[in-house]
Amino acid sequence: MSATSRRFAVPLITSTLVSLGLAATLPASSALAQDTTDSSSAQPQRGGVIDTIIQPEPPGLVLGMIQNAPTRTVAGNIYEGLLRYSTDMEPMPQLAKRWDVSEDGLTYTFYLQENAKWHDGEAFTADDVVFSADVFHRELNPSARAVLEHVESIEATDEHTVVFTLKKPFGPFLISFEAGTFTMVPEHIYAGTDFRNNDANNHPIGTGPFQFDSWDRGTVIKLTRFDDYYEEGLPYLDGINWHIIPDGASRAVAYENGTVDVLPYGTVENFDVPRLTAMDNTCVTDKGHEYFSPFAMLWMNNREGPTADKRFRQAVMYAMDREFARDVLWNGMGEVPAGPFGSNAKFNDPDLDGYAYDPDKAEQLLDEMGYDGEEITLLPLPYGETWNRWAEAVQQNLKEVGINVRTEATDVGGWNQRLGERDYDLAFTYLYQYGDPALGISRTYLSTNAEKGSPWNNVEGYQNPEVDELFNSAATAYPDSERERLYHEVQRILLEDAPLGWLLELGFPTIYRCNVNDLVTSAVGVNDGFKDAWIAD
Amino acid sequence: MTFFARFAQNRGALVGLLILWAIILMAVLAPLLFPESPWRMVQRPFLPPMAQEGFWLGTDTMGRNVAAGLMHGAWVSLLIGLVSTAVALAIGVPLGAIAGYYGGWVDDALMRFTEFFQTIPNFALAIVLVAIMQPSVTSIVLAIAIVSWPPVARLVRAEFMSLRQREYVEAARLVGQSNLQIMLRQILPNTLSPIIVLASLMVATAILLESSLSFLGLGDPNVMSWGYMIGAARTVIRQAWWLSFFPGLAILLTVLALNLVGEGLDDALNPKLARER
Repeated sequence: MSATSRRFAVPLITSTLVSLGLAATLPASSALAQDTTDSSSAQPQRGGVIDTIIQPEPPGLVLGMIQNAPTRTVAGNIYEGLLRYSTDMEPMPQLAKRWDVSEDGLTYTFYLQENAKWHDGEAFTADDVVFSADVFHRELNPSARAVLEHVESIEATDEHTVVFTLKKPFGPFLISFEAGTFTMVPEHIYAGTDFRNNDANNHPIGTGPFQFDSWDRGTVIKLTRFDDYYEEGLPYLDGINWHIIPDGASRAVAYENGTVDVLPYGTVENFDVPRLTAMDNTCVTDKGHEYFSPFAMLWMNNREGPTADKRFRQAVMYAMDREFARDVLWNGMGEVPAGPFGSNAKFNDPDLDGYAYDPDKAEQLLDEMGYDGEEITLLPLPYGETWNRWAEAVQQNLKEVGINVRTEATDVGGWNQRLGERDYDLAFTYLYQYGDPALGISRTYLSTNAEKGSPWNNVEGYQNPEVDELFNSAATAYPDSERERLYHEVQRILLEDAPLGWLLELGFPTIYRCNVNDLVTSAVGVNDGFKDAWIAD
Repeated sequence: MTFFARFAQNRGALVGLLILWAIILMAVLAPLLFPESPWRMVQRPFLPPMAQEGFWLGTDTMGRNVAAGLMHGAWVSLLIGLVSTAVALAIGVPLGAIAGYYGGWVDDALMRFTEFFQTIPNFALAIVLVAIMQPSVTSIVLAIAIVSWPPVARLVRAEFMSLRQREYVEAARLVGQSNLQIMLRQILPNTLSPIIVLASLMVATAILLESSLSFLGLGDPNVMSWGYMIGAARTVIRQAWWLSFFPGLAILLTVLALNLVGEGLDDALNPKLARER
């Protein structure tokens, strides 16, 4: 136990020490003109460097090897996938300039950009695609591997054409090519090496609009414009500086005093958002999360304790005032979900009648099951103040209907470990939905995903053969109307069983100076948005 | 002069005693005045002080009554301060007594052990201990006790060293009293006054330590303490000053009161020293 808990102290101390002086010592950025006129219709202009923040500091920048959110955000500008996705989740060209899907839904042909180059000058070819998908991701990337299970073969038919042949039709195939999930990595650097210990990992080489320049640990990551980018004239910016500021209040100050111009999602506390957005020349958008659609949940241990009883879990759902949490803790951002599918998720059943806030009903259910006041533990998500406050609110909600809850604070390592070992009763988390139930939702409920070890699979331990069957057939069903029928059915069963608590579809604001234009142009937000961004005078 | 008269000669000590009484009263009355849990969300969030009847100190980020938190927090802070001081005394007094009484290699061994703890910065050690044991009231009390016993041990050792040569001790030895009896019956009662003074200051330090730990998020997440209130209010200090101000004031007053009382006790218990001053 001590080995994981000890990690708690060190980052705490360093972050406290660092935050004391950092905001003041950051170099003052090039002052942007305080132009409040609407310039979105104007002609894009070349030039300028954007100062922004990455929080927390990423563990590394080789996308495809590391999938943490901060890695995706920085490295999404260095690396690319075959496709991008619009904020309506429509595929857009990226390294594949166009693509064909055969009538039977089994053959996908991608035609690649002909003049795309790696940052070291080598040409990007179909062989790189085959290597990335068939070798690199099969070994390193669990989420890509899940998609590749549906793939029969991957072939380079000429230098700029790749053909994927599937075993069976797989509905979400075309939306699994996002840069963070299906990163294109250079074959000439990685082929035949030990991927994880390759020296090139310290200097990532991608095909993206920006190339890696330098990383001063704990201070700043610098990217510069890649002049040989295949899209004529792009990017408009000369570079991006990702500042690393461990303290939330200092991050807000960095924006206020002009040190940074863009605050990506999650960089400031929700309490600070109204104050910052009220500033002059400040714009805010909640777009750019459509691909991930982060969904906050409350794990409930289905294996043992009072939480193993369906009535207890339903009581928890009735006892929580989720609207209060959204309005007060998240400043009204986000949606309270009816059931297991996010309101914008594909195949969501809009007629689902979810759990309303009803403490009386909760008490009634607890009486019915004969709950004897046994103490249960609650693990908050150790991701900052908002999550701590949220755990306090839920604890209070549950206490008011007579559930005896004790909160146990952990660090991230301890939280991962406790959930991996299923050593909890209730625990906060949030998961990405990845644009399709077969990619992001079913994984949480399939009994085949329930084995111990990972804090990201079926952590609650829900086992229902009927649900397994419905999810599995829905993944490969064809056409979409049949998928919809199956998914609607599974939602009704899950809603009744309440294997876990559906808390909130999180809304994350991106705050930026209004003279930064076209910042969020895709479903993954600033992860690949700087490609199109430009600064108006 | 009676003990209290000597104590009362120090005006500051009287003021301190008064404040301390008020805080103890707060702790005792908390469950009567605010029978509901201080975690309960009762009004709209960010209500400023004096804006609404019944919420004289305003509400916090989640609409919880600051006054309720403050009163319930008094209980937590006092409890942690007293218990951890008691535990620290329970470790420090015997160790110091044995080291001072026996001297020689026993003294050497015990003092090296004590110095080992003294060389590590108090607060850093407390953070590490709480992080390892998981934050809870018990682990916090233990951590504070573990970092605060060395001064007690050193003080008691010094007293014992000077007293063990006194004639009444020699006499007791001659009568045939055992070492334990001599330590407990002859020497210890004569070292009590400096220990009491030190203990009153240790309670103050313990309250500060607990607040600092809670401020860093290492408090027991199930109890509302002043340090927790300030820690949680830190992120919104620009929007809502009162959330950190009132608990901060409470900590300031409590620690000040304990220090004043400690000084008064010092005067009362060591009248000679007080007059020389």
